Amino acid sequence: MSSDDARPAMRLPAALRRIDPAVAIAFGCIIVLLLLGSLYSPEFLSLDYILQQLKVASFLGVIATGMMIVVLLGQIDLSVPWVVAVGGMMSCAATAYGEIGALLAIPFGLLCGITLGIVNGIGVAYLRIPSMIITLAVNAVAKGLMVAYTGGFSPQDSASAAMRFIATGEIVFGIPNGLIVWALIGTGAVFLFTRTSFGRAIYAIGNRERAAYLSGVATQRVVMIAFAISGGLSALGGVLLAGYASRAAQAMGDPYLLQSIAAVVLGGTSILGGRGSYLGTVAGVILITLLQSILSVMQMEEFGRQVIYGVVIIGMLLLYGRERLLR
Amino acid sequence: MSDWRYRLAEQRGTLLAIAIFLVMFVIYVSNHPAGFTANVVQTAANKGVLLALVAMAQTLVVLTAGIDLSVGMVFTLTNCIGSYIVTGSMGTALLGVLGVLVTGLMCGALNGLIVIYGRLQPIVTTIATGSIYYGIALWLRPQPGSDDNFNSDIADLMTSQLPGGIPMSLVALLMVVLVVWLPFRRSAVGRAVYAVGSSEVAAYMSGVPIRRAKFVAYTLSGLLSAMGGLYVTFITYSGEASFAGGGSYTLFSIAAVVLGGVSLFGGVGSAVGAIFGALAFRTIGDLIFVFDLEALWQELFQGVVLLLAVCIGAARLFQVRNRLDLFS
Repeated sequence: MSSDDARPAMRLPAALRRIDPAVAIAFGCIIVLLLLGSLYSPEFLSLDYILQQLKVASFLGVIATGMMIVVLLGQIDLSVPWVVAVGGMMSCAATAYGEIGALLAIPFGLLCGITLGIVNGIGVAYLRIPSMIITLAVNAVAKGLMVAYTGGFSPQDSASAAMRFIATGEIVFGIPNGLIVWALIGTGAVFLFTRTSFGRAIYAIGNRERAAYLSGVATQRVVMIAFAISGGLSALGGVLLAGYASRAAQAMGDPYLLQSIAAVVLGGTSILGGRGSYLGTVAGVILITLLQSILSVMQMEEFGRQVIYGVVIIGMLLLYGRERLLR
Repeated sequence: MSDWRYRLAEQRGTLLAIAIFLVMFVIYVSNHPAGFTANVVQTAANKGVLLALVAMAQTLVVLTAGIDLSVGMVFTLTNCIGSYIVTGSMGTALLGVLGVLVTGLMCGALNGLIVIYGRLQPIVTTIATGSIYYGIALWLRPQPGSDDNFNSDIADLMTSQLPGGIPMSLVALLMVVLVVWLPFRRSAVGRAVYAVGSSEVAAYMSGVPIRRAKFVAYTLSGLLSAMGGLYVTFITYSGEASFAGGGSYTLFSIAAVVLGGVSLFGGVGSAVGAIFGALAFRTIGDLIFVFDLEALWQELFQGVVLLLAVCIGAARLFQVRNRLDLFS
């Protein structure tokens, strides 16, 4: 890619130069966005602003990590919106049950998400239902459960102290805890993808499940666990969001479906599976968050944001996400 | 020798959908406090036709082995546009109707062009274009509302009862099937759509016009979604840019398509099946009212029915002789 010469990504050390052009373009766009923003207001290049953005990005980052695992398999998880809400609502609900409840709030929220993820996984791996349908159905069930539980209103229970701490607190040097959570999850994901046979199996299944099966991979179990992880991470995103806002809300997860898919795909992960790096997803998450932040600083109205999202996603994918021509 | 066995096998999904619908509808009507009256049928038909049109739209794209996650948003956008331009006298209102339909065609054509020439995956493309369509709808109608000069005559006509208690909406749906679906199904392009859905590579090798087939499928899909959007304008007299509303129509259209026996892998099924899938899905959703359960449980009930319905698809596992066939 000759156009890369002008991009800062090419000044990286040689070890990183073999990086996927998609990732390079995504990081390039982040820098362009920051520079454009700094023309509007110098605040955009300040450390405070960037840390604030990374904190907001961490919620999407956690959710997108789960989405990425599933997309690498060549599947998709459309149950994100209400699994996020289940994570937030159930952890807040547990908090209402006294001290022990507050202690168990986060694990309980995660457990609910993992359970829904396992239902997805059983449907995809063992019942061979296309992931697009079964995850939509699980999303509908999760929504139904939450609407029936809350009576259609935002629940009154508030988030536990621990939830608020991991979402908004700071332990070291002013680095937000949310960002630390994302960093831990991200490190785990990178380790999983590059250093474990489970991670290799995910890429193998994404390329051709049949071949992976014949090579001795327990493909069905891998797929099910991947969906369980995705459900758990969506729920963790919900826990963080509820901690951030101090409470859960109806439809709190709705924006995250589009954003998580966009972040994963903009990061160069193939929606057909088998190809993609976690660094790309990080770039995609930051890109989406920055775009959102700049649009809101410019006081762009909601309709304009929706249109710009769509245009940016399609525009960037046309740059590097195209399939090969059928010949 | 007769080929009725083959024809029957081809229509199995559609026939099953019709059967499910009939059973559900009989349960619905026999438990309805008002019983089988023209008004009950009319209300059910008006609601069902909305979803049926969107499900037909989804069918066309699913037949090419794609998926259109923007149908609900095209539906919402055309609803909002309809609330602005179906106004004035009968003549101008009809022009407005035409405008709404053309908008739908253009939305569908845009999806098609991006998928065909941009070579992007349909699922990502339509999520993104859906966001654009919703943005435009929100720009047009930040608040639900309608034009002061909204022509309610045409709206009343399209949602009225014909003599004999037959709902006009069902007649309109039948007309759509006769004028849009059947000619399409019997045309060379329609056949090409099935071929592309069965195996794009084989279709390409056989010289099937792949691009034309996909383009027509996506464009007609936009048109059918717009018809749904137009109908909701007729029923409510207004336009509303609701994200949740559009999203649920997209979701329900996929459910209806699955219930209607259209394969999400492409190449199998018919829009008629999807129509009955849609009507069945709507009836199931309404069953909760005739059984006098709390409305709060409707979402859960619909979700569980959807989950069970998609699990029916797993029945084919029993036919698998070779474990490897699982992974095809």
